[in-house]
Amino acid sequence: MNDAKLLAGSDACVFGALAAGVRFFAGYPITPSSEIANLFARELPKLGGKFMQMEDEIASMGAVIGASCAGLKAITATSGPGFSLKQENIGFAAEAEIPCVIINVMRYGPSTGLPTTSSQGDFMQTRWGTHGDHAIIVIAPYTAREAYRETGRAVNLSERYRIPVIILLDEILSHLRERVEFKEEDIVTVIDRKGPVPGTPYLPYEDTDDMIPPFAGFGDGYRYHITGLIHDKTGFPTSDPGTIDRVMRRMNGKLDYYRDKIVRVKYVDVDNADVLIVAFGSVARSAEEVVRSMKKAGKRVGLLRPVTLWPFPDREIREAAAGKRAVIVPEMNLGQMVREVERAVAGTVPIHPLNRIDGGLITPHEISDLIEELL
Amino acid sequence: MDAIHRKYLRMDKLPHIWCPGCGNGIIMGSFIRAIDRLGYDQDSVAAVSGIGCSGRITGYMDFNTLHTTHGRALAFATGLKMAKPGLKVFVFMGDGDATAIGGNHLIHACRRNIDMTAIIFNNHIYGMTGGQYSPTTPRDAYATTAPYGTMDPHFDIAKLCVGAGASYVARGTSYHAKMLTDLIVEGAEHKGFSVIEIITHCPVNFGRRNELETPVDMLLWQKDHALRMAKAAKMTDDELKDRFVIGRIHRADIPEYVEEYDRLIEMVRKGDTDRG
Ligand SMILES: Cc1ncc(C[n+]2csc(CCOP(=O)(O)OP(=O)(O)O)c2C)c(N)n1
Ligand code: SF4
Repeated sequence: MNDAKLLAGSDACVFGALAAGVRFFAGYPITPSSEIANLFARELPKLGGKFMQMEDEIASMGAVIGASCAGLKAITATSGPGFSLKQENIGFAAEAEIPCVIINVMRYGPSTGLPTTSSQGDFMQTRWGTHGDHAIIVIAPYTAREAYRETGRAVNLSERYRIPVIILLDEILSHLRERVEFKEEDIVTVIDRKGPVPGTPYLPYEDTDDMIPPFAGFGDGYRYHITGLIHDKTGFPTSDPGTIDRVMRRMNGKLDYYRDKIVRVKYVDVDNADVLIVAFGSVARSAEEVVRSMKKAGKRVGLLRPVTLWPFPDREIREAAAGKRAVIVPEMNLGQMVREVERAVAGTVPIHPLNRIDGGLITPHEISDLIEELL
Repeated sequence: MDAIHRKYLRMDKLPHIWCPGCGNGIIMGSFIRAIDRLGYDQDSVAAVSGIGCSGRITGYMDFNTLHTTHGRALAFATGLKMAKPGLKVFVFMGDGDATAIGGNHLIHACRRNIDMTAIIFNNHIYGMTGGQYSPTTPRDAYATTAPYGTMDPHFDIAKLCVGAGASYVARGTSYHAKMLTDLIVEGAEHKGFSVIEIITHCPVNFGRRNELETPVDMLLWQKDHALRMAKAAKMTDDELKDRFVIGRIHRADIPEYVEEYDRLIEMVRKGDTDRG
């Protein structure tokens, strides 16, 4: 664990997933995510796992869900246009509560956009990209080191809570090769999904106290039905309003119930700061630099970096923002996360979006210039 | 209801949602008889389906059942079989499901040759959504979206699958129910990707609009238009017009994908490769 490695964010995701026990990948090439598929293709067979290049992203998502139904830990990787294609089957995974991880390396959009250019335009797409209310978790690492650990965590969260989990990278992070020194806290543990209790009748969507129904793999001797139709605890379709309400509240309620175990935020010099920056992904690297350089100049700036984007860390942001002169939200889009920050802060502190949509990374200078103006 | 029904159907889920006279029930009957004859342990059978009237079949049968999204059943089944090769995987799709929205998955599943059996209910119409034309609706037939007759040329599913590389292709009908059981058995026993296209009847959304007033008319139409391969071979193109061949259409012995992948794993693990 303590030897230094040169890793790109994409490599780190792959090794983190493998460390967490992922043994199936299905995907379709798309810039800037293709390196992830390439590396899985090389590494999976070494571990007895399987890699499949499917005919499109829809099929990739379907194959991942199919593999997961058989009990394998399964993952896919894509970028914006491909994520759009996966949306229907992501909804299936959410509805049927099938563990799976989707890596989305954001590129500039909409449409073909700027394929090799970074963006944070999928902040909302990853949360709301399928029809209907659904539980989903989105995690955004900001270094290769963190990408390793967080992809491992994504696999574990998905297996434990039976919720699809998205790893959201941007093009810069995915391609940036950096020296990574893994420490004790980076070790990825392997967490398996909860199975049925032998000797007791199996209810595939049982309303257990922990809100997570036990998962039986296909072929393990529990014959049951999985469907994207709204189903009762037996797994079969229902149209009973009371049952529908109960089942859908449980399914979506898992996010609230386990919120504190899912949400992860990082703070840099927040407590005594006059100005708070809220940023994620590569932009958070620029923001960290701003905190450092302005501190040298005697200015008190703090950074709150959501690692978990969804569920959105409203409470943490509200608390961190309290009493600040301003909150700055730099994003490589026209203002997506800032809406959530506004909702969290609820008018108590002035909020300043900083948006860049020319394909370039928001630089430390752009952020510090805005702060100078405000101070 | 005899012992076979009680063994393989989820009796508490009946009656099914299909219209009276629909061909889907006949196909389900042929299928469970095939499983019985194959002697497969129910725990080892996975039945995967898409969306449509046909897709509902998985809810009624007592196997590991997966009711997926419209057109994508083969994609789910691919992951399932790759992850657990011991499963006997059967995939149930409608004609729209398999050849319109799922057409891309169908041709690629044929090409890959994973050991599973695709069962396509070709009733020449979108049943569930109320009788819109599908890629297999014959020219000039009426549909809710073709009030003046369909003008789109149609697919020959069996030919399409042979062309795309499926290693076993057969066509049956809901009229020839015994033969259908034989074909499903043969397809399941074939190592590789097998397709059984079933010409079946949707009296409510196809027959009524196309001068086949009753389910019986539709079954008789199948009887009159179906031909065995041997007989068809002796007929002219003109005589074959509007008729279709039933029975095994194609069989080839080509490498099966899951076994090939296992060989790849073995090779990589032995370091028996000068690549990567
Ligand atoms: C993505 C998507 N598009 C459209 C539909 C609506 N839809 C449900 S079933 C169906 C077609 C059914 O026809 P077919 O596949 O031939 O099966 P059948 O009902 O005749 O068995 C359609 C279009 C859907 N469920 N999902
Ligand atoms: S609409 Fe047609 S295919 Fe669907 S159940 Fe009725 S008869 Fe069968």
